[in-house]
Amino acid sequence: MFLGMNDNILWFLVLGGVISGYAILDGFDLGAGALHLFLKKEESRRIALNAIGPVWDGNEVWLVIAGGVLFAGFPVAYAAIFSAFYVPFMVFMMGLIFRAISIEFRSKEQMLWWRKTWDIAYAVSNIVIALSLGLMLGNVALGIPLNEQHEFSGNWLSFFNPFAIMIAITTLALFMMHGAIYLAMKTENRLYTKLTLLAKDFTIFFVLSFIVSTIYTLLYIPHLSDQLRNNSSFFILPLIMIFAIANIPRQLKKQNYRFAFASSAITIATLLMMVAIEVFPYIVYSPHTPANSITISNAASSPKTMKILLIIALIGTPLVAMYTTFVFWTFKGKVKLDEMSY
Amino acid sequence: MDTEILARIQFAFTIAFHYIFPPLSIGIGLVLVIMEGMYLKTKEKLYEQITRFWIKIFALIFGIGVATGIIMEFEFGTNWATYSKYVGDIFGSALAAEGIFAFALESGFLGVLLFGWNKVSPRVHFFSTIMVFIGAMFSAVWIVVANSWQQTPAGFHIVGEGMNARAEITDFWAMIFNPSSVDRLLHVWIGSFLSGAFMVLSVSAYYIIRNKHLVIAKKSFKIALVIATVFSITQLFIGHESAAGVAFNQPAKLASFEGHYDSSAVADMYLIGWVNNTTQKTSGIKIQGGLTFLLNYNFTTPVRGLNSFKKEEIPPQVNAVFQFYHMMIAIGVGLIILTLYGSWQLKRKKIFEKKWLMYVFMWSVLLPQIANQCGWFAAEMGRQPWVVYGLLRTSDALSRSVSANNIVFSLILFTGVYLLLFILFLYLLNKKIQHGPDTEIQDFDDENAARGINDLITH
Ligand code: HDD
Ligand code: HEM
Ligand code: HEM
Repeated sequence: MFLGMNDNILWFLVLGGVISGYAILDGFDLGAGALHLFLKKEESRRIALNAIGPVWDGNEVWLVIAGGVLFAGFPVAYAAIFSAFYVPFMVFMMGLIFRAISIEFRSKEQMLWWRKTWDIAYAVSNIVIALSLGLMLGNVALGIPLNEQHEFSGNWLSFFNPFAIMIAITTLALFMMHGAIYLAMKTENRLYTKLTLLAKDFTIFFVLSFIVSTIYTLLYIPHLSDQLRNNSSFFILPLIMIFAIANIPRQLKKQNYRFAFASSAITIATLLMMVAIEVFPYIVYSPHTPANSITISNAASSPKTMKILLIIALIGTPLVAMYTTFVFWTFKGKVKLDEMSY
Repeated sequence: MDTEILARIQFAFTIAFHYIFPPLSIGIGLVLVIMEGMYLKTKEKLYEQITRFWIKIFALIFGIGVATGIIMEFEFGTNWATYSKYVGDIFGSALAAEGIFAFALESGFLGVLLFGWNKVSPRVHFFSTIMVFIGAMFSAVWIVVANSWQQTPAGFHIVGEGMNARAEITDFWAMIFNPSSVDRLLHVWIGSFLSGAFMVLSVSAYYIIRNKHLVIAKKSFKIALVIATVFSITQLFIGHESAAGVAFNQPAKLASFEGHYDSSAVADMYLIGWVNNTTQKTSGIKIQGGLTFLLNYNFTTPVRGLNSFKKEEIPPQVNAVFQFYHMMIAIGVGLIILTLYGSWQLKRKKIFEKKWLMYVFMWSVLLPQIANQCGWFAAEMGRQPWVVYGLLRTSDALSRSVSANNIVFSLILFTGVYLLLFILFLYLLNKKIQHGPDTEIQDFDDENAARGINDLITH
């Protein structure tokens, strides 16, 4: 017990924290990659790649940790989610593979066709990752049919419903905004100017898709706004988000990139918090047979494991925070290309 | 084909492919730590160049290790949902710890290792190299612990029944230090050091044959040969420990290793052989009572044979287990002979003149790789028909919501993508090796200088 919360709730918070960490950190890599083809010059592309070069792999580890956190704390949910989303998840993983190798391989040859090919592979894989993540998130929020063993009992084609598709597009837009701001923070001169313009466009793209999916949710999927409507104190979240979004163009104009970046990070975090609040106490909701839903209590590991996990998290988190800070601090400031660059 | 066999093929294929790269990362990581340490100590440029060269190769290998590792992390959920529920309580904590303690450390400092030369002081850079190496070592820890628990479960109890049965932790440390984890971890680590050391030997031998980068190549060769010799010999003893552990904990597996059927007889040790699964006869060149001797230090005690187990408790493919196991042992012994002979020639200062030996070393890079793969195939196929030994059958461990078609789809996808990956990997690796270390040290070997002048005249 901690602040009146039991271990399952604590671990749910840890899970939420790790997923937000992943979305914020890898989010800017994915966004930067998704807008890769908008940068036309070879040098701009190289700078963009090297802006994420030293950190993207560390950021991706948050996904691995999220997987571990889900597996360890809520094995039933881990089993259900990944076997249910089998097909989209395989596509997602192909995206991860191609992103990793595009970054690694692109700079290894001078030939134009080689670089062009990897540029395209890189941009496409980032877009695919963002879309499939959004699609899966959308479906988890919406709920998927489960049987008594808490296993998926539907058809995977049903994942392509309007709501999930909207969430997928919103996710892509969000990451592109986030990525453009990150790149603006790491670049100077003309490339910087170009990126501030892109950041503005993607912010508009995001806001539009967000509004559309919000309206759709309010109209057609009432159970996804129950908590917000019934508990007025939660309204602080959308408020924070709106302020954060509005703050982005302002800070960019003032060249306060760090604040702009912080604002888009806050946008991501509040968005995920709202999803978490709506989903809680379910992890995977089963709309037609609610009794089969996976909740944070029926999916949880034993109390003993929960204790062990919390200890691991307690030791691990400061360590990870320490070396993440060290690495980001080492590579702070504008990107300069040198002989070890991509 | 049914989902079970497809899922197994898929798992075996993806993990075996993944397992080409991590041992190299761990092994080359060790080489990097040694080389950069020497650089800091002696301040000789030579070591810096060696370090920088291997960092580039490390980056390539690491990249593919990461890309394929992510797949593994989620494959338990996608293909083995029932298994995941069954072991989640135990397995999950190991996997979570792996992410937090190992991968985050490794991937975080990797950025500094690769791009930090001009940004941090040499000491801080060296520190990052060590952290990456430790991270790589730890990645092996948690995953091997998890796998060892599957082989020799400990520190748990079963709750629930039938479809809902699952294992829960009762004693965390007993789970971590289950009967096989220490032996197997040491064995895996050493296998990795060997992979890395032989990679360095191979590339250096290639340069020596081609008369390129001689100073760097000879230096690297000597250091790698020491590593390789020490660990080849250690591996024999650690491997023996593992085998003794298997005899105690998984007797059916051990009997399959040696194709030993008859419980009332002493067990032989085969150098090479063939097991006929149907007639239950093993033939080949053998040391009479050899296995009995290794386990009991006498030639008379009988060893429990496959006949004394129920049919549904022994691995269906005894011959395959036997062959993989023997291939590993043969290579293990071969490596000892090769490295001892090499060390002797090094001591006589003759080694670099023996062209044939250089050719052998150039190809030797494949041997630890094959031994590693064979070891795993022997260990994992010998574990059959259980996923969790004695508790959960492989056939019960599947994801029931995933159809055979789904798996065929992903299997085709993986095969295509991994093939492409592998070709690109070889192509780029070759390119890096051809390019060689960046700034060449002036080479004052007489022979070489003469060559250089000849080249100048003739071209
Ligand atoms: C360079 C690699 C390498 C080399 C030279 C050897 N091994 Fe090995 N062996 C491995 C790499 C490996 C491995 C890939 O790391 C395995 C697979 C599973 C494991 O824990 O380690 C393994 C497994 C493994 C097992 C099965 C463990 C189990 O099922 O739990 C035994 C009994 C041995 N080994 C014994 C030996 C012996 C007696 C060797 C004699 C020299 C030997 N190994 C050489
Ligand atoms: C700690 C890491 C590992 C875990 C947790 C693990 C777990 C599993 C699981 C769940 C299966 C499927 C069920 C089965 O067929 O028994 C399996 C099969 C298999 N694994 Fe492992 N494995 C690990 C490491 C490895 C490695 C590194 C290799 C080889 C390079 C390997 C080779 C295989 C093979 C060949 C099979 C198929 C067995 C068969 O078809 O008979 N495993 N393993
Ligand atoms: C089924 C079992 C396995 C799973 C689930 C798994 C998972 C992973 C994951 C998720 C990564 C990427 C980490 C990152 O993003 O940095 C990775 C890489 C790595 N894995 Fe595996 N792995 C398995 C088997 C093994 C085994 C048996 C070993 C070692 C003996 C190993 C050692 C490593 C290492 C050292 C890396 C770092 C990348 C590299 O150095 O190539 N893994 N693994």
